[in-house]
Amino acid sequence: MATGAYGLSFGAISVASGLDVWQTQALSLGMFTGASQFALVGVLGAGGGALAAILTALLLGARNSLYAVSLRPYLASSEPVPWWRLLARAQITIDESTAMAIRYPERSRQARHAFVATGLAIFVLWNIGTLIGALGAAALDDPRTLGLDAAVPAGFIALLWPRLRDRNMIALALVSAAVATILVPFLQPGLPVLSAALVAVIAERILARSSS
Amino acid sequence: MIWPAVIIGSLGAYLLKLSGYVIPERVLDNDRLRRLTALLPVALLAALVAVQTFSTGTELQVDARIAGLAAAIIALALRAPFLVVVLIAAITAAVLRSLGLSA
Repeated sequence: MATGAYGLSFGAISVASGLDVWQTQALSLGMFTGASQFALVGVLGAGGGALAAILTALLLGARNSLYAVSLRPYLASSEPVPWWRLLARAQITIDESTAMAIRYPERSRQARHAFVATGLAIFVLWNIGTLIGALGAAALDDPRTLGLDAAVPAGFIALLWPRLRDRNMIALALVSAAVATILVPFLQPGLPVLSAALVAVIAERILARSSS
Repeated sequence: MIWPAVIIGSLGAYLLKLSGYVIPERVLDNDRLRRLTALLPVALLAALVAVQTFSTGTELQVDARIAGLAAAIIALALRAPFLVVVLIAAITAAVLRSLGLSA
């Protein structure tokens, strides 16, 4: 249910950002990773170029790569994995399916089942939610009168909120927000957001030094 | 410009997921990369919040979106679910505009 509602917000926000229903649905089918999808439509909606939008989405999606690394021992089994199953596994490697799988023992049938069941259920609900939200928003005349432009930053802060676990993360969020805002008048749309990636790189160096 | 972003972005996101299964583990499994992939979403999402709230194109702008963001933060502090947070922000902005209190 929560996934469907979340997909609904994505569908509505995507259409309000200027994508059509097909493009919106293609993202939920093909990209299928929430934060990256929101970022792609957010950057495009703010007038950013395709390259800036793609880069922002991929930097946000990089964590899925490490989820796959963590999942390897959990999804391993005695028989070799057929190539088509590996390709399908990759597509449903997201926050939720990873979190469910790693609750079970490594190399267990339960871990594999939890991963596939969660991944598929979310894929279906996310896409149905997206379609309903996109069709709903497409039926409106002016998204601004309904405050859909205010829904976009609200969606991003809702994605950010659970990640603000400690002082370091809160400080990083505030500095990134300030740097991006200051750069708005000086850079093409899309680039101020991307500049936050550099803030993250610097933050990583500072944290590495303070922890060693 | 939208379709190329949708297609290349989707392909790239898929290849990132797949890379974790096919690239040798020791290449991806290092502390620096782990820290960075935890920090990137925080930095990028915070920047997206700020830019989407305070700007239109290359201009800084103060309008009803700020009230929407404040309402969203209150909703999050009260543990509201995602859709409720988004709806509250939208309704707050829409109401302020319909009352003529804000751009």
